[in-house]
Amino acid sequence: MKDFIIPDDRDMGTPARVGAPVTLEIDGVAVTVPAGTSVMRAAAEAGIQIPKLCATDSVEAFGSCRLCLVEIEGRRGTPASCTTPVAPGMVVNTGTTRLRKLRRGVMELYISDHPLDCLTCSANGDCELQDMAGAVGLRDVRYEAPENGGLANHFEARNTSDEANPAWMPKDDSNPYFSYDPSKCIVCSRCVRACEEVQGTFALTIEGRGFDSRVSAGGAGDDFLGSDCVSCGACVQACPTATLQEKSIIEMGTPDRSVVTTCAYCGVGCSFKAEMNGDQLVRMTPYKHGKANSGHSCVKGRFAYGYAHHKDRILSPMIRERISDPWREVSWEEALSFAANRLRGLQAEYGQKSIGVITSSRCTNEETYLVQKLARAVFGNNNTDTCARVCHSPTGYGLGQTFGTSAGTQDFASVDHSDVVIVIGANPTDGHPVFASRLKKRLRAGAKLIVIDPRRIDLVKSPHVEASHHLPLRPGTNVAVVSAMAHVIVTEGLMDEDFIRTRCDWDEFQHYAEFISDPRHSPEAVEMLTGVNPEDLRAAARLYATGVNGAIYYGLGVTEHSQGSTTVMGIANLAMLTGNIGRPGVGVNPLRGQNNVQGACDMGSFPHELPGYRHVKGAEVRGIFESLWGVEIDPEPGLRIPNMLDAAVDGSFKGLYCQGEDILQSDPDTKHVAAGLAAMECVIVHDLFLNETANYAHVFLPGSTFLEKDGTFTNAERRINRVRRVIPPRNGYADWEITQMLANAMGANWSYVHPAQIMEEIALTTPSFAGVDYALLEEKGSVQWPCNTEHPEGTPLMHVDGFMRGQGRFIVTEYVPTDEKTGPRFPLLLTTGRILSQYNVGAQTRRTDNVVWHEEDLLEIHPHDAEVRGVSEGDWVRLASRSGETTLRATLTDRVSPGVVYTTFHHPDTQANVITTDFSDWATNCPEYKVTAVQVSLSNGPSEWQEDYAAQAALARRILPAAE
Amino acid sequence: MSSQIPATEDIQIILAEHLHLEGPLLPILHALQEAFGHVPRAAHPLITDALNISRAELHGVISFYHDFRDKPAGRHVLKICRAEACQSMGSTALAEATLAKLGVTWHGTTPNGAVTVEPVYCLGLCACAPAAMLDDRVLGRVDEERMGKLLAEAGA
Repeated sequence: MKDFIIPDDRDMGTPARVGAPVTLEIDGVAVTVPAGTSVMRAAAEAGIQIPKLCATDSVEAFGSCRLCLVEIEGRRGTPASCTTPVAPGMVVNTGTTRLRKLRRGVMELYISDHPLDCLTCSANGDCELQDMAGAVGLRDVRYEAPENGGLANHFEARNTSDEANPAWMPKDDSNPYFSYDPSKCIVCSRCVRACEEVQGTFALTIEGRGFDSRVSAGGAGDDFLGSDCVSCGACVQACPTATLQEKSIIEMGTPDRSVVTTCAYCGVGCSFKAEMNGDQLVRMTPYKHGKANSGHSCVKGRFAYGYAHHKDRILSPMIRERISDPWREVSWEEALSFAANRLRGLQAEYGQKSIGVITSSRCTNEETYLVQKLARAVFGNNNTDTCARVCHSPTGYGLGQTFGTSAGTQDFASVDHSDVVIVIGANPTDGHPVFASRLKKRLRAGAKLIVIDPRRIDLVKSPHVEASHHLPLRPGTNVAVVSAMAHVIVTEGLMDEDFIRTRCDWDEFQHYAEFISDPRHSPEAVEMLTGVNPEDLRAAARLYATGVNGAIYYGLGVTEHSQGSTTVMGIANLAMLTGNIGRPGVGVNPLRGQNNVQGACDMGSFPHELPGYRHVKGAEVRGIFESLWGVEIDPEPGLRIPNMLDAAVDGSFKGLYCQGEDILQSDPDTKHVAAGLAAMECVIVHDLFLNETANYAHVFLPGSTFLEKDGTFTNAERRINRVRRVIPPRNGYADWEITQMLANAMGANWSYVHPAQIMEEIALTTPSFAGVDYALLEEKGSVQWPCNTEHPEGTPLMHVDGFMRGQGRFIVTEYVPTDEKTGPRFPLLLTTGRILSQYNVGAQTRRTDNVVWHEEDLLEIHPHDAEVRGVSEGDWVRLASRSGETTLRATLTDRVSPGVVYTTFHHPDTQANVITTDFSDWATNCPEYKVTAVQVSLSNGPSEWQEDYAAQAALARRILPAAE
Repeated sequence: MSSQIPATEDIQIILAEHLHLEGPLLPILHALQEAFGHVPRAAHPLITDALNISRAELHGVISFYHDFRDKPAGRHVLKICRAEACQSMGSTALAEATLAKLGVTWHGTTPNGAVTVEPVYCLGLCACAPAAMLDDRVLGRVDEERMGKLLAEAGA
């Protein structure tokens, strides 16, 4: 095996099974494994590696390579150990003379059609074919091409007479991250099976048969980039040879060691091995024992890490007097004292509450904790907010009110037990691809799917997956649809009365039942509002209520509405009505947008909550922190992001420390954000790049990437995963150190030397984290909070015996239409989302080769709407709302219904948020990104705003050459 | 058999007739080839959509079976056996002579569209080698003279 891989990471050959124990004997060693395990895996458990090529433990056995043959006493022949299940008392021999001879013969045939350029091959040292040739003792290949018979092989481009070999195919380098070299292929089908079983895309196949069999992406004439391939890397991971190989390995060589860490993209929180060659990161491979991803990955985590070394990255601190000045590179001391003096000066002039912070959902728990501590302990106010405000704040509020905890109820593995899955306002195959693969695997095994989304997302129909019901609701009518489902469940008597009586507040339920039974909530009554066929809606509700294990997964399409919190509560009601809480396969599961949204919320980033969701008004809670920090904490909640911006425009809010978030691009109503930022006198941006917000900044503190620091991220399943330093910070300091230096420059006396100490402080002050420390994370790999004396190893499933708040609470969910309405001037509804290859505002992914899949944001428009406007595929169109206008290219598709248009927000020059309004969730101010009334018309170029903005940005990004 | 591009409606009718079957893909491909003389490219997206499979999967199946064509064959298909028994009885020479006479290579069709020549690996007529097959008719002990008559019959 590969010697740079840590021992417990070896390939067991076939997937693990669950079953009654079976004992057998292999080469004289007794081994006990679950029933259904293959002989190959049982041998591996006993430490015996049976030679193999076509088997790998990420996919089911295939039995094609015939290298893993064994002898079983009392059975005829030499069965393949990968496809032979164990039986009690079985006696297996893996290395008899006969087997050795057979294996050597098989290898000889393989090698007869494989080039012998091992020394210069990119997989040298990382090739299973090479390993197996060694393991079986192959010394000679007797097969040669017949005289005058042409080259009977696939690997020589030309024969000695320089005639082309028709069986030879050139390398396919179309994918930016990996290459496909057919000349090295042994046609073991591992890539094809990985694409089907692990990723669920079915982009690969074996074309032809016999000697003509070749791996093929897509149909005839397709290459990898042109096929359905989503570049998840599962095929590359599965390939035993150099056939499918990372280009980084081809360029830099194989790794010599690896560090296990956590991906910094979406809220799935995949574990990766960062593989190193010297001090160079040469590859990221998904970690098999990562509990969130179980060895799978997507194009972002697997390949899109190059932004860490992108030329745009700023590595020195910079300051400027006014935002119209060019930037000046300065020392850390100068930048920090400049920032500290300005902030203190602003407080002296405009009051203690005139400055604040924004924490980042992309930074670690420890860093977030420090930033809110900076506000509370050093600034002396509660002006801390986080980008979770603009995504999942309604989740925190809604689930807190109904269940008692602000988090999802399950772990991702729970979906393996689901029978009916509802996906609402989420697009997992693009936003949370690794979870989507897991979900699709379950759907292929027979679970039913209900999709509630204005757009026909890929899950509605893609190879081998088809939703039983797609309810294409009009944007903004989530509450009406969810309530109508509850109406069907209650009026048709499909609820789980036992569960409601024992687990929920019965009086509140009766009140709710009376409310929801009102005919105005019936699917027929709300059809006019929602556009959803009432029969479909009834069928979907019945399916969910009667389908044994019903699970709900939802995303920002639920929360980013003026009634986001209400929808979350409506979803919680559905789960409680049907008893779908507290066991594997059920639950209510928010799919978090960013890697550490959950953690940022847990760490007290909100202006009204100290870490652990405890209100600042509570003197007891304040006391815990006050005694530890030696300061007095303001009992009044501070400002939320929109309030900060409003106050800035009014002149009462003057200074902001913004870590790792680009509020100008990501927050709604860009013009308002720009006005707020421009009105401030000290904006400190702490980021990797000169982002859009930095155009309005006075201090730029260069940040560090997830590869350059230690810490923890908490994913959507409450799992606390370790982030480990892989390379030293290129900017000099990890982000937590920079926050500490800023705090100390302002007079604090912090002295953390490692994030582990910050976690100790979090555990000390926050009950749900009480049992968490780095030693435990080292031992367990990860834990899911709550982790304390009651749950020393964490809590994969919540609310098992009772709700955290005691009794589940039904809350009445009255539908109130948003104030954002279509009319003659703005007749279409715009909704926004994202795409697989890009992440959030794109600051990272736009600086990687992922741009080959998504160069620009496109406006999806239904062909009918396009036709009446004279818009054709690829035309530039003007997209205008009451807030502003921008231009982008249109693409015609019936994925969106007539009346609805859709775009992504990954590119700053599109500025989709110029269009979005400042309407927001009634409870949490989460902006209503998902509904904007717009008009679309033909255009011939950028809007005035885009031109002004581009000019301002160019001016604001000037950096003075460093003094010689 | 028609060389015109098959209409979507005609393809859809064939698909609809087979969708109730368990494992309908091969029956659909056979029916399309029966109707159009080949499996038209235009049918691919309709098949993948109807069966909810990927285009790679479809390509894998079609390319596995040599008899599925991507364009119509000539009016007659002549298959000459190239398996061991026939080779030992002179089928290589017979095949070379036939191809030379018609002026085509393997899988080629004569310019007048009369005959397409294809290799086949064993027709189960080893005892009567060399063997060939003209359309649905299997023929044993084919020599150049007999081949000439067959080709004349086929209008080549």
